[in-house]
Amino acid sequence: MSTDTTVDQATHDELPQFSKKDFTSDQEVRWCPGCGDYAILATVQKLLADLGRDPSETVFVSGIGCSSRFPYYMDTYGIHSIHGRAPAIATGVASARPELDVWVITGDGDALSIGGNHLIHALRRNVDITILLFNNEIYGLTKGQYSPTSPLGAVHKSTPMGSIDRPLNPVSLALGAEATFVARTIDTDRNHLTEILTAANAHRGAALVEIYQNCVVFNDDFAHAVTDRETKVINQIPLRIGEPIVFGPEGEKAVVADDDGSMMIVPTAEAGDRIVVHDPTRTEPTTAFALSRLSHNPTGPTPLGIFRAVEQPVYDDLLNDQVEAAVAERGRGRLEDLLTSGNVWHVT
Amino acid sequence: MQEPGPDARHDAPGSTNGAGGTRPTSVVKLHGAVIRFAGDSGDGMQLTGDRFTSESAAVGNDLATLPDFPAEIRAPAGTLAGVSSFQVHFSDEDIHTPGDAPDVLVAMNPAALAKHLGALKPGGTLIVNTDAFSRRNLSKAGYEANPLEGDDLEDFAVHEVPITDLTLRALADDVEEGLLNKKEAERCKNMFALGLVSWMFSRPIEPTVEWLGVKFATKPAVADANVRVLHAGHAYGETTEAFVYTYEVPAAPLPAGRYRNITGNQALAYGLVAASVQSGLDIFYGSYPITPASDILHELSRLKHFGVRTFQAEDEIAAIGAAIGASFGGHLAVTGTSGPGVALKSEALGLALAVELPLVLINVQRGGPSTGLPTKTEQSDLLQAMFGRNGEAPLPVVAVQSPSDAFYAAFEAARIALTHRTPVVLLSDGFLATSSEPWLLPDVDDLPPIDPDLTTEANTPDGFAPLLRDPSTLARPWALPGTPGLAHRIGGLEKDATTGNISYDPDNHQAMTDLRHDKVEAIAATLPPLEVDDPDEDATVLVVGWGSTYGPIRGGVNQARERGVRAARVHLRHLSPLPHDLGDVLGRYEHVLVPENNMGQLRMLLRARYLVDAVGHNRVTGQPLRAAEVADRIVALAGGDREDTQSTPTDQPREVPA
Ligand code: SF4
Repeated sequence: MSTDTTVDQATHDELPQFSKKDFTSDQEVRWCPGCGDYAILATVQKLLADLGRDPSETVFVSGIGCSSRFPYYMDTYGIHSIHGRAPAIATGVASARPELDVWVITGDGDALSIGGNHLIHALRRNVDITILLFNNEIYGLTKGQYSPTSPLGAVHKSTPMGSIDRPLNPVSLALGAEATFVARTIDTDRNHLTEILTAANAHRGAALVEIYQNCVVFNDDFAHAVTDRETKVINQIPLRIGEPIVFGPEGEKAVVADDDGSMMIVPTAEAGDRIVVHDPTRTEPTTAFALSRLSHNPTGPTPLGIFRAVEQPVYDDLLNDQVEAAVAERGRGRLEDLLTSGNVWHVT
Repeated sequence: MQEPGPDARHDAPGSTNGAGGTRPTSVVKLHGAVIRFAGDSGDGMQLTGDRFTSESAAVGNDLATLPDFPAEIRAPAGTLAGVSSFQVHFSDEDIHTPGDAPDVLVAMNPAALAKHLGALKPGGTLIVNTDAFSRRNLSKAGYEANPLEGDDLEDFAVHEVPITDLTLRALADDVEEGLLNKKEAERCKNMFALGLVSWMFSRPIEPTVEWLGVKFATKPAVADANVRVLHAGHAYGETTEAFVYTYEVPAAPLPAGRYRNITGNQALAYGLVAASVQSGLDIFYGSYPITPASDILHELSRLKHFGVRTFQAEDEIAAIGAAIGASFGGHLAVTGTSGPGVALKSEALGLALAVELPLVLINVQRGGPSTGLPTKTEQSDLLQAMFGRNGEAPLPVVAVQSPSDAFYAAFEAARIALTHRTPVVLLSDGFLATSSEPWLLPDVDDLPPIDPDLTTEANTPDGFAPLLRDPSTLARPWALPGTPGLAHRIGGLEKDATTGNISYDPDNHQAMTDLRHDKVEAIAATLPPLEVDDPDEDATVLVVGWGSTYGPIRGGVNQARERGVRAARVHLRHLSPLPHDLGDVLGRYEHVLVPENNMGQLRMLLRARYLVDAVGHNRVTGQPLRAAEVADRIVALAGGDREDTQSTPTDQPREVPA
């Protein structure tokens, strides 16, 4: 989205004030009781109000899946589109109207299977959109088939003998497409979710946030390693900007770079000065990618936070700059000039 | 045209051809002629044809052209598959087709001769580049013996010209001085052919000289070489005694006004720009490269100073997806493709229909199914446009009928999309896309405005109702993001007809289905009455067409009338909704003939809708219909022959001895 948060704070008093209620539509929310989607919806509604956003300047675009019902529950402009295509549609909205705050709501099946192509291209173009990828490692709306993020061996409706598909790592994929902002968070951690979404939304260009989202019906607790009270302190690897990457109840584990450039986890005591200091603003996504390889599914130590946040030219700016430059150079086009631009002859 | 030509108004023998003539040559006046330039893909035949067309436009002739080139960028040199051709029909009369069969064939190599000789009129003029008739080239073209040596060509006036050699000789100094290498010099040989044919038909070569100067502004040596070879070709005609006749085709009595030559793809892009100017909405054009539609993308990408945003998408689906997003944002949204691309876009097209956003989808049709014939023309996506979506999904379909008509068809498609809040399919085809004709330029002040009628305030006391429709058009309000107080959600799930909220109610779905049907039908009320061409109102045969068969049908009906048959014709701009008066018109005639470049798609629609016993004439050979075959069919039908027919065109590759 295009507005810098600090500017928002400065002009806060003059802006029309909208409350969380103003971002909440009158539609009855139809997710299963206990679904992780509720927490994300409430967080986004509150966040937009807190940031002083205007519902009329905000657009939510979604594809198909449980999470893609999201726009119906936001009292903003919105399109509930077709399976996988939300990044493409959002690209059109943002290109036509760069001043709008455009969000994409998608899931692991929507974004990574049927819509994988659109996702990587929206990311590499650096369109100014904020993409929330609700990852629950399952197809919920179609009632429980394995998804492109389900781990090998996952037993679901269509994989009675276990999945034989190697899963995608959404953060690695986004970094491979050189997305300028990539982060990971969890539906149940309200503070972390708010912090990450605020940063993602403030970012100019394409931002991808993977959110582990619990599907109570078809894949309950798939991320328990990083969400359960007892295990999360062991497994969450918090990525804090400018700090050495250590984790565990006493910070007893650390992330260091191996000889081949990959990352590995070692006891902090043995790490010495080799502990990687987290810097998401590195121009090359290489280090961020290496960090993303520390986990594949949230079953063990898993990095959470902002992997990458760099400033790059934004697609919608470039597109509209070319139009402005053409008008500045040639003057606004006149139809008469266009029609007579070829070899014209007169018949009398 | 034969030498001297069947419809020639022969001048006195011994008269000279005027300026610069060095020996007596007979000047024959013709009403018109058809020339086909054919050669290898690398021989520059498209450019040669283009330039000859411009020269003829400068003389004031009416024109129609038919480029034909292989799908491969560089098909193997010298083979039948690699032959590229360009046909131009020019006349002192109003013409509508690129001509059925050429009067003159220029064959730059044996493959071009083998492929196109079958099309040449008996008695026609054949110019061959003898230098290309090597044993190797002959065998690549499938010839066992050199056809120039036997009596195979005795029906034609054959001119054997060593074009390559004469070109190299004209440039011998340049090669000597190292200004050009031999290959570059040889590449100028198309200009020799152009110079020669321009001389034969008394065309001015100055426009081409000028054009070469501009085209090769940064390579003066190349420009100079081409100009010299052009002159050499012209001089060759003048000075050798091989050509006994030259020809003149005077200016056509075209309606007064300003003209330019234009291709269908270019006119289509201009029509969209006109709709953008008249509606005040910037164009967003989402497209994925595909033959033969890509030139629309190229053209629009050069028009950014009109506020045009072009988006070359990652695939066909993203192209329409981004266009839908831009439409939601308030742009004049367009996506262009060919049949295979439409297949990919069809789900998204259904979304645009369900959410009732304005969108123009252009299908520049080509031969199918699947990848089919990318560079060849066909009209076989009509039923795809009508029905190629899941569910009951009606939408308007508009067709282009001639290259310059693409301007008006695109404008009309945009008008319907914007004012009726619906995606519209605009059908063009490969023939219309690449062929050209002179266009009487419209007065831009005469173009009607298009009112997008954006909603800026709540339309009910209780707030904004996104489905509160205009009672006459049934169009829903169009409120853009950024408009305070009008935030609303749209989507592909069925919506309640009143509130716009998701609804699975059975009666509501029936009501919404009926409404979507009625909304398209409501467009028919905005259409002018059909123009039926039936001068004496006594015709027995009505010829119904759509799209690019306009020219051949018009020509065929005229020919049938000359043969004493009372024939009428009507051409459909709108295929959906069909005009209200079409049923009445069909009912007035004893016979209805529907010629199409498909296997009978409009005929099927007409039979289903009106229970009319329409007869078809159908062909899918990648080439447009010929006027003569349409005329033959009209005459036969008037005589009671009601068989559906297919024809074999004359311009098929000639049988080559194995
Ligand atoms: S199926 Fe799973 S993801 Fe879908 S609404 Fe229910 S709990 Fe949520």
